[in-house]
Amino acid sequence: MTNGVGAGIVGRAWDAGFVMAARRSAAPKLGDVLLVTGSETFLADRAVRSAIAAVSKGKSDVEVTDLGAGELDVGVFAELTGPSLFSAERVLVLRMLENLPTEMVPYLLEYAGAPADDMLVVLVHSGGQKGKAVLDKLRKASVNEVVATAPKTWELPQFVAGEIRLLGGTIDERGAAALVDAVGHDLRALAGACSQLVSDSGGQAISTDLIGQYFGGRAEVTSFAVADAAIAGRTEPALEQLRWALDCGVAAVLVTSAMAGGLRGLAKYSSAPPGLREADLAREVGVPPWKLKTLRQQARGWTPGGLATAIKAVAQADADVKGASGDAGYALERMVITVSRAHGRR
Amino acid sequence: MSVWDDLVGQEPAVGILQRAVSGAAARLRGESGAATAGMTHAWLITGPPGSGRSNAGRAFAAALQCANEGCGECNECRTALSGAHPDVSLIRTELLSIRVSEIRELIRRAAMSPTQGRWQVMVVEDADRLTEQAADALLKSIEEPGPKTIWVLCAPTVEDVVPTIRSRCRLLVLRTPPVPAVAEMLSRTLGVDAELAGFAARAAQGHIGRARALARDETVRERRTKVLEVPFALRDLGACLKAAQQLAEAAKEEAKGSAAAVDEKERAALEQALGVGTKGAKPREAAAAVKDLEEQQKARAKRWERDVLDRSLVDLMALYRDVLVVQTRAGSELINAELHTSIVQFAERTTPEQTIRRIDALAACREAIEMNVAPLLALEAMTIALFEG
Repeated sequence: MTNGVGAGIVGRAWDAGFVMAARRSAAPKLGDVLLVTGSETFLADRAVRSAIAAVSKGKSDVEVTDLGAGELDVGVFAELTGPSLFSAERVLVLRMLENLPTEMVPYLLEYAGAPADDMLVVLVHSGGQKGKAVLDKLRKASVNEVVATAPKTWELPQFVAGEIRLLGGTIDERGAAALVDAVGHDLRALAGACSQLVSDSGGQAISTDLIGQYFGGRAEVTSFAVADAAIAGRTEPALEQLRWALDCGVAAVLVTSAMAGGLRGLAKYSSAPPGLREADLAREVGVPPWKLKTLRQQARGWTPGGLATAIKAVAQADADVKGASGDAGYALERMVITVSRAHGRR
Repeated sequence: MSVWDDLVGQEPAVGILQRAVSGAAARLRGESGAATAGMTHAWLITGPPGSGRSNAGRAFAAALQCANEGCGECNECRTALSGAHPDVSLIRTELLSIRVSEIRELIRRAAMSPTQGRWQVMVVEDADRLTEQAADALLKSIEEPGPKTIWVLCAPTVEDVVPTIRSRCRLLVLRTPPVPAVAEMLSRTLGVDAELAGFAARAAQGHIGRARALARDETVRERRTKVLEVPFALRDLGACLKAAQQLAEAAKEEAKGSAAAVDEKERAALEQALGVGTKGAKPREAAAAVKDLEEQQKARAKRWERDVLDRSLVDLMALYRDVLVVQTRAGSELINAELHTSIVQFAERTTPEQTIRRIDALAACREAIEMNVAPLLALEAMTIALFEG
C-alpha cells in the first residue's frame, strides 16, 4: 500500500508526527468512519485503540463492539448501526474486513455514505489483495484512512525516534540505530523497549550506554553471520552466533542452507580457472561481482580437501536437522565445529 | 489375448493370481472348501519399481470382474483395466502421500455391495505412500471387509507398509523381470530391433516403464548417457560441484517438462468447471480452489524431480556395479556393455574397496534425498565422495 492513495488518507500509523497531529485536531470523532489498512497488526491495533480513546475521552459510557467482519450479516449490522434505544455513544470495530461477506458490501457502503452521528465505525483491513474491491469503494466514499504498513528496515531508527519523542524522551540518531540493532525488527519489541527506556531514563536523553545496559548482546543474528564466522575459521564466535541465532528463532534449515551456499561459492571460486576477468569469474562462480572481494578474502586458508570435508559435513547436518538425528542444535554445533576446523587444514 | 499379457516375466505370480481368480469364481457359484482355497479378501503385491505391481493389481481386478476369468476382451476387462469399471476403485497419488481423508472416503465405498454383482475391488496402487493415520484407518476395513469386497494393496517391499496391515494381507511377491523377457516384450509391442531392445532392457534393469521410454525416446537415452559421463568427469573439487549442479538442473528441467503439459490442462479444466471467463458472479472460493491446485502441482513437480534424481543415481550405481564386476572378475554380464572400454580402464585405475565406498555414497545420497535434504547439497556431497573414493 503506497502512501498517498486516495484523498482520505490521514497518515501513516507509525509516523509520530501524524499521531501527534491526530491527538490535537484530526482525531476521529463520533459520526466518522475510519479505515485502518495494512499488514502490521501492532500498528493497526494501536490506531484502533487511539481512535477509541479519542472518542471516549472524558466520557464513561461509550459502548465498544469489536467483531470480525466475516461474522457480519444484515440483521447484526442493522442492529449495531441502527439508532440505539438508550442513545448511548458507540464505537463499532470491524476487524478482518477482507472476510466481509459479499452481500454485506452494499450495506456497508450505504452506511459509509450516511454515518450515524453518535457512532464511530472503525474498519480494519489486514492488507493483501483479498477484499480490495471493498477498499477501493470505501476510498471513493472518501472515508478517512490510516495506513498501518510496517516501516522498512532503514526507516526503523526513525520509528524509534518518533516513538521516544511521543513518550516524552529524547534520543539521537546513533542511539536509535543502536537500539534497532540490539532489539531487532519486531515493532512490538521495539515499542516496548522504547517505553521502558523512556520511563527509566529519568528525563535524560537516552544514551547508547543505557541501551547497552538494558539490551546488550541481544542483537538479531542471521544464519549468514553464523556461516561467515565458521567459514572464516573462527570457531568460538561462530558457536556463539549459532546459539544467538537459534535463540532468536532462526530456523535450523536456514543455517545449513546459508552454510551450503557460502561453501559452494567458495569452492567454485577457488577451483575456477586462473586468469578470468572479473565479470567472467563472477558468472563462473555464480555470484554477483561485488561478492568476489569477500570470496577472495575467505578463500585464504582453504584447501580443496578442507572444502570437501566441510561440504560433506553440511550435507550430513542438513539431513540431521530434517529428522535424521534427534537434536538439531547439536547437529548444527557439530557442523559449525567441523567446518571451522576444516579451515586452514593442509 | 488375456489381462495377464502385460505382466512381463511374472509367470509364477500370474499362476497364483489365476488360481485365486478361479477360487473367486467358485465362491460366486456358491461352492466352498478346496475349490475356493486360492482366494482371499486382502492382497499385498510387492515388487521392485517398474516390475508391474499396479498392472498386476489391475489385471487381477479385471480378471475378478470378468466372466471368463480374464479374457482381456470383454467390456468388464477393458473398463477395469482403464479404471472406468464401477466396481473397481484405483487409488494412486502423484503427491508425496495419501491422506487419511481420501482413505476414509474409500472405506465408505468399500462397504457397498458391487453394482454389477461380482466383486467390489479396491486397488491401492501406492500403499507405501499411505500416511500413518491413513494406514490405521484402513485396518478395520481390511480385516473384515464386506462379503464381496476385495482389497489389493501394492508397495515396493513389505517393509513399506506398517506391520498391522502386512499381517492382514496375503503377500504376493513379483520378481525383477528377466532381461530377455523385457527385451522380447519391447520388440513385440514397440517393434524396435533386437539390439535396441536388448540395450533398453539391460539399462532399465527390470523397470518396464523405463525400458519402454529408453527404447522409444532418443532424448531419454541421451539424458542417460549424460548422467553416466559424470564419474569420468570428476577431476577436482570444481568439477564435482559442476557435475552436481548439472544433475540437479537436468532433473529439474525434465520434471518441469513433464509437468508443464499436465499442469496447464488441469488448470484449464478447473477454470472451466468454476466458470472463469463466463458472465455472472464468480464463485466465492474460485481463487482458493485454483491456488489449491497450484500447490498440489508444485508438490507433484517436487516428487517428479526427486524421482528423476533417484533414477539417475540408480543408473550411476549400475555403472559402479559394472566396475566392480570387472575388478572382481565375477564374469557376469555388464549392464552398461556399450561403455565397456571406459569401465575397464576405470576398474584398473581404482580398487574394489573404493568402488564399494562409491556405491555406498550413492546409496547415502538416495537416502538423503528421501530425507528431504536439499537435492543440490546432497548431490555435491555425493560427487565429492565419488571423487575421493
